[in-house]
Amino acid sequence: MSPAREDAVEPAGEEPVIDAAVIEDSWRRLAGITPARIALGRAGTGLPTREVLRFALAHAQARDAVHLPFDSARMAAEIAALGFETLEVTSAAPARDAYLRRPDLGRRLSEDSRALLAARAGAAVDLALVVADGLSSTAIHAQAVPFLTAFKARIAEAGWSVGPICIASQARVALGDEVGERLKASACVVMIGERPGLSSPDSLGLYLTFAPRAGRSDAERNCISNVRGEGLSHEHAAFKLAWLLKEALARQITGVTLKDESDLLLVGGRPPPVRIG
Amino acid sequence: MAYRTVAGSHVYAFADLKDLMAKATPLRSGDMLAGIAAATAEENVAARMCLADVPLTTFLNEALVPYEEDEVTRLIIDTHDAAAFRPISHMTVGAFRDFLLSNGATSEALAALAPAITPEMAAAVSKLMRNQDLIAVAKKCRVVTRFRNTIGLPGTMAVRLQPNHPTDDPAGVTASILDGLLYGCGDAVIGINPASDSVPVLSELLKLIDGIIQRFDIPTQACVLTHVTTSTEVINRGVPVDLVFQSVAGTQKANASFGIDLATLKEGREAALSLKRGTLGDNVMYFETGQGSALSANAHYGVDQQTLEARAYAVCRPYKPLLVNTVVGFIGPEYLYDGKQIIRAGLEDHFCGKLMGVPLGCDVCYTNHAEADQDDMDTLMTLLGAAGVTYIMGIPGSDDVMLNYQSTSFHDQLYLREVLGLKRAPEFEAWLQRMGITDPGGRLKTQRGSHPLLAAAPELAA
Repeated sequence: MSPAREDAVEPAGEEPVIDAAVIEDSWRRLAGITPARIALGRAGTGLPTREVLRFALAHAQARDAVHLPFDSARMAAEIAALGFETLEVTSAAPARDAYLRRPDLGRRLSEDSRALLAARAGAAVDLALVVADGLSSTAIHAQAVPFLTAFKARIAEAGWSVGPICIASQARVALGDEVGERLKASACVVMIGERPGLSSPDSLGLYLTFAPRAGRSDAERNCISNVRGEGLSHEHAAFKLAWLLKEALARQITGVTLKDESDLLLVGGRPPPVRIG
Repeated sequence: MAYRTVAGSHVYAFADLKDLMAKATPLRSGDMLAGIAAATAEENVAARMCLADVPLTTFLNEALVPYEEDEVTRLIIDTHDAAAFRPISHMTVGAFRDFLLSNGATSEALAALAPAITPEMAAAVSKLMRNQDLIAVAKKCRVVTRFRNTIGLPGTMAVRLQPNHPTDDPAGVTASILDGLLYGCGDAVIGINPASDSVPVLSELLKLIDGIIQRFDIPTQACVLTHVTTSTEVINRGVPVDLVFQSVAGTQKANASFGIDLATLKEGREAALSLKRGTLGDNVMYFETGQGSALSANAHYGVDQQTLEARAYAVCRPYKPLLVNTVVGFIGPEYLYDGKQIIRAGLEDHFCGKLMGVPLGCDVCYTNHAEADQDDMDTLMTLLGAAGVTYIMGIPGSDDVMLNYQSTSFHDQLYLREVLGLKRAPEFEAWLQRMGITDPGGRLKTQRGSHPLLAAAPELAA
């Protein structure tokens, strides 16, 4: 036992115990109408202990989403189980640190992956699909399979031909340009883990690019973001993406001039059911 | 012109002034990404030794971004105050650092020098300074601005109340505004980053904030941070606009990527001035900047990101802004990798802005893919508080639920006031006391029951 602990068992004096020091905010009820962290209360000028820990947990989850290793083998197996052909590819970024410092490396394929795609490329297809870790492997692990399950039905409905789904590690959005070009695809969809927010570490982004080729700018893409349980549902995202893809293939364009008007077709706020046959 | 110096057993050569400036910059990921950083630690110091001997006049004669191609360079050179420059015109960059630290560089002397200092001079001398130098000199600079209150007085620090909401929901925005006011925030501006860019939505947000300011007679100003041309359009539709906002960068090409040029900024300012809404002054502009924006737009001309950031303050300067802030950690780790780089950049930006006479605040912030956390932000905000930062952000619980990054909170500014004795803008401080939010010492009073401000949210007051 340390000396300090021995001191602690000295007989108590006359002082009463100190009341809880947290000052709660009298407007606490306002917290129910916004996701913002309001009416947290305070301990002196600081946050109460419970809020310091709640924040720390959210930050830890967001950090883990960035740094947890991407399980591309597991993703490939799960996506193959949906009936898709898969290929595992890597960007030119050798590791996470290089990926974060050098966005340019994450936009290019590694030499090995270029060879792999060269060996596989066959006839031209309507669509190349890339499942990319991006900045949140947590998001991809959680969202890729349920999204692809929903989107597979839309692919069948439209009758699009699809190349192998590329499971891409240390990848940025523009990696899809090179993949799509090498697979002779008319359009490419990159499903990618978005930069994690404190309240949304598991959000999936979808990027659609018509006529993918290296050097495309972000202004030439359409984006659907915040695909996750608390955001845009997998079914709704699949419907939106299919709508954009149909327009893109018909009008031969993606980007700022292609506006998403799929909401006009919603029925009671929900996407219409898939029709096959 | 090439530069050479000997350090240790090596002779180091630098192709030109911008190469020398880049190599002399404390290491950061953005300059590495651009391929312009020093290759070794020794080369970095050799460049600083060489830069220390460069006369200040060199920066008037050797443009880092070509004069013919770039209106920002033309602005810097054409508006340089030669008379104000005369007292320091004989100095090298190294001698300039010594002067800035000396007792001779009083607040009055520095204010008189501000129009003589080009961004390249400010950036160059900052590269020779340690963090404590950046703090000590910035602390002496005085930049005071006014709209409905007085910002930048010695011993004060203001706060932007940032009530962002993922869908611009009026009730949600109102809740964050009330929370911030009840925590004593909002003297710099009540300024929202809208999720939408639709004119009707922006107009409703402006009316909402203005309604709260008018109803409770709050000595502060409102801003919706949207493109300057959108603000001009909103003004033309008769919507109440206090401050016009714009993100700016340090080259014409980078500004073009934001969809602006100097003429656009002038038009925006004139539109805001035409409304005559300021009661104490006519500083009607709010600008945001951040290291790395020019590289991100592929518009950096091989110039280091810190020098380009200082050039962004030269863009702000002619438009007499109420507020300018460097959003220092928002851009991501490819530009500022970790807490150390973010802290250094925040102090550099604040120093350069203040030296140039610009009312610089700082969005002390980070994203979740940067190697940084709340402890780093505590360090930077404390250092900036010591340096006399004009204002910081106030965001509920540090968590911006619209922009998905972490900045300083309503609680953080209370902490800084407590440990550094910093007051608010005096008019706002007096208002808080009148409203029973703070005591005469500026500390928060404990609120019991329903505060009158909560009447602004009647649907919530059940």
